[in-house]
Amino acid sequence: MNTRGWTPITKIENIALREGRAVKVGDTEIAIFRLDHRYLTIENKCPHKGGPLCDGIVSGTTVVCPLHGQRFDLETGMPVLASQPGCVAIFPTRVEEGVIFVDLGSASKGQEEVAA
Amino acid sequence: MKRQLVVVGNGMAGVACVEQILKQSHDFEITIFGDETHANYNRILLSLVLAGEKSPDDIVINDIEWYQTHDIRTRLGVKITGINREKRVVIDEHGGETEYDKLILATGSSAFIPPIPGVDKKNVHVFRTLDDTRALLEKARPGLKTAVIGGGLLGLEAARGLQVRGCEVTVVHLMETLMERQLDATGGEYLKRKIESLGIRVMLPQQTAALFGNGRVDGLRFASGEELEADLVVIAAGIRPNAELGRNAGLEVRRGIVVNDYMATSDPHIFAVGECTEHRGQTFGLVAPLFDQGRVLASAITGNGGPAFTGASPAAKLKIMGVDIFSAGSIDESEPGVETVRYEDPALGTYKKLLVKDNRLQGMILVGDIEDEHVYMEWMRSGTDLTPHRRQILFPPRDADPGREVADMPDSETVCGCNGVRKGDIIQAIHAHGITTLAGVKEGTRASTSCGSCTGLCEKLLRAVTPDFQEETRTTLCSCVPFSYEQLRDIIRGQKLKSVEEVLSVYGNRKGCEVCKPALSYLLDMVWCGDHDEDRSARFINDRVHANIQKDGTFSVVPRMRGGVTTPDELRRIADVADKYRVPMVKVTGSQRIDLLGIKKADLPKVWADLGMLSGQAYTKGVRMVKTCVGTEFCRFGVQDSTRAGIELERRLENLFTPHKFKMGVVGCPRNCAEATVKDLGMVGQEGSWQIVVGGAAGKSVRKADLLITVETTEQALEASDLFFQYYRENANYLERSYDFVERVGIEKIRKETVYAPEADKKKLLDRLARSKEMAKDAWLERETPAHPTQFVQIQPMEAQRS
Repeated sequence: MNTRGWTPITKIENIALREGRAVKVGDTEIAIFRLDHRYLTIENKCPHKGGPLCDGIVSGTTVVCPLHGQRFDLETGMPVLASQPGCVAIFPTRVEEGVIFVDLGSASKGQEEVAA
Repeated sequence: MKRQLVVVGNGMAGVACVEQILKQSHDFEITIFGDETHANYNRILLSLVLAGEKSPDDIVINDIEWYQTHDIRTRLGVKITGINREKRVVIDEHGGETEYDKLILATGSSAFIPPIPGVDKKNVHVFRTLDDTRALLEKARPGLKTAVIGGGLLGLEAARGLQVRGCEVTVVHLMETLMERQLDATGGEYLKRKIESLGIRVMLPQQTAALFGNGRVDGLRFASGEELEADLVVIAAGIRPNAELGRNAGLEVRRGIVVNDYMATSDPHIFAVGECTEHRGQTFGLVAPLFDQGRVLASAITGNGGPAFTGASPAAKLKIMGVDIFSAGSIDESEPGVETVRYEDPALGTYKKLLVKDNRLQGMILVGDIEDEHVYMEWMRSGTDLTPHRRQILFPPRDADPGREVADMPDSETVCGCNGVRKGDIIQAIHAHGITTLAGVKEGTRASTSCGSCTGLCEKLLRAVTPDFQEETRTTLCSCVPFSYEQLRDIIRGQKLKSVEEVLSVYGNRKGCEVCKPALSYLLDMVWCGDHDEDRSARFINDRVHANIQKDGTFSVVPRMRGGVTTPDELRRIADVADKYRVPMVKVTGSQRIDLLGIKKADLPKVWADLGMLSGQAYTKGVRMVKTCVGTEFCRFGVQDSTRAGIELERRLENLFTPHKFKMGVVGCPRNCAEATVKDLGMVGQEGSWQIVVGGAAGKSVRKADLLITVETTEQALEASDLFFQYYRENANYLERSYDFVERVGIEKIRKETVYAPEADKKKLLDRLARSKEMAKDAWLERETPAHPTQFVQIQPMEAQRS
């Protein structure tokens, strides 16, 4: 479990528009996405077969895993199809002076809060 | 002796009326005066000429031959300046007099030029005639700052046409919303969003106070004090009936020349038709009522009697592809007793509003989805009691019986508003000429040849009436952009769309998905021969980093080895790379190449640099490889130099994208050691000739390739290969392998349109291939100039700090 709180990750220009980028912080690998003027962060691991979600195609506010096409909502971490197993953790994200901060301690997954 | 009929005005209304007269009577000797020098053309399509979708020739309705065939005297470029009603003569600008027994005034209308200081400056234009259009086309060029004054139908169409030509267009409109005469505020807002998403700026409400500039216009000054730079200004602020001739002759004229229900003016020998008229206080600016007027006038003037013209309920359709707007009837919801039923979906850009009074439809506004226009128009025309339809009024069910909609239409209903073709005309033509195809309907009736919005209805008519009608089957790309590949190619080309985002924002749901984004990326690349705005976010990861993603998120690297031929030096570098990056597996592929598996994304640029080889495109829907045998160079059976030909073939086509992966093989004799007959394209060497075979497969399905052609020289073989390759690129659906494509289209048709095509057509295919090839480059060069700073970089977090 990551004990860090708000952590500066990278400058906004390092994330391409409508794409994701993976960042490893300690033991956690996160994927940060840029949608127009919003930045959203999820855990970079598809619960299906571990695919790198950062490399998926973004469709609206969802991302499609590049390996087998599982689809997750970037805002909630929930799978788009109810028949799909598992969801991914999401992390609160904000931008300050051109730097993306992620609150690594407040990951939440599905309905439950993952305790920091 | 024949009676003299003189028509003043050679526009749509006048000539359409003459066509009707000719159907009913041959008692007249007809003379037509036109102050424009052109034969009769379809004015409402000028915006398509401006946008480059049609040429001036395409919009000619009646060519000179037509006038000759019907013994009509034409005096083009001659302006009529007066009428002497006593003597029954018209007087032209040179003083010449022409006698008439009956006179038809069809003088049309002119652009209204608002009294703004500076409208007389250079580069201030109106948009009304073919000559106006030509003048605008001469001025239009990429980057030209252009202002269109007027946000009505014509202004928006002009704006789009100029923007397609590359101009930076701003529409300036006096009112709060666009097309306020046809739309309500919500509809206007939806329209504004669509127009803006096309890349046109919209300023409203904005009153132009003056045009400034020294001699030529430099910009607009608004009443608010703001200014807008503009090197070209188009005024589309409405039209005014050309009624002067009537007024000076002493006819009753208010806004237009006043006509009765039989299109007669206050002088029984003089009739008027079209936009110059005023009927029961109404003037006209749209095409459909003019055809009705023409029919009534023809019956009246020939003495056949017939229906009266009782006015027209307004109906307007915007002719900008992808911006579907239709409005008809009364849209005033403040009228007592009017109920409105509405539906809107902002994501789809769809807005529907129906105005119902006493359970009858009396007006509609349709934005973004005008599919049901004809159902609604019929309800409105016939005053259908809507009680049984109320539950489904916004989405009238598409009948399980496809002929039903057609059967519901009376023969008199207009199918093609642009050309005034009625249902009955089409049915008559189908029977008279044995028409079985849409092309036949177009040729026989001119329906569906203009804006194309009645194409669906014409097809339905054909299906219902023609026993052996063959419907074209079309595959829709996906629900994000619900169009067929054919339509999307046309849309991208016609609307000059250069990026996936543009296509999705104008024609789709603005989101796209993993299915349509890569497909649109391909279509844009193909249509623009590589000269488009590449958007990596629309591509699958393999095409973002030019390597093939593996199950653990690492990538495989396959360098190009043309024809499967390598060198000791290349092999040494491959071995060194495998050592240096601890490549977990090095594998010889089935395509005569070497695969380095398990490479990290961040290492890709370094690996490519160390290899010093070209991308083998093993990760993409593109030209994979040419597999060859050793041919005459070493093989004792070889009859053709297959390695040399294979290397050349690969060099010609490498780095290009295709609808699906594209594998080739070249063999030096029919023993077929490199399996050319199960490749997308194969060259099979024979004694003194090459067989070119296409559409082979040895994957999920196995299919022996079809023979395209046999040729004598290697150069001919390569050209035939190029032709098929480009034809497949342009006509296959995305993700359609060549073997499915060949089966779907049929090898005979493919032969006719490639190797047996006229030289000019072949040259066009080859030219487009050459253009694409010129733009294509080795993707691995992005190791030096990445598309994005972190395309390959593993981002390291900034130093962790608690906040």
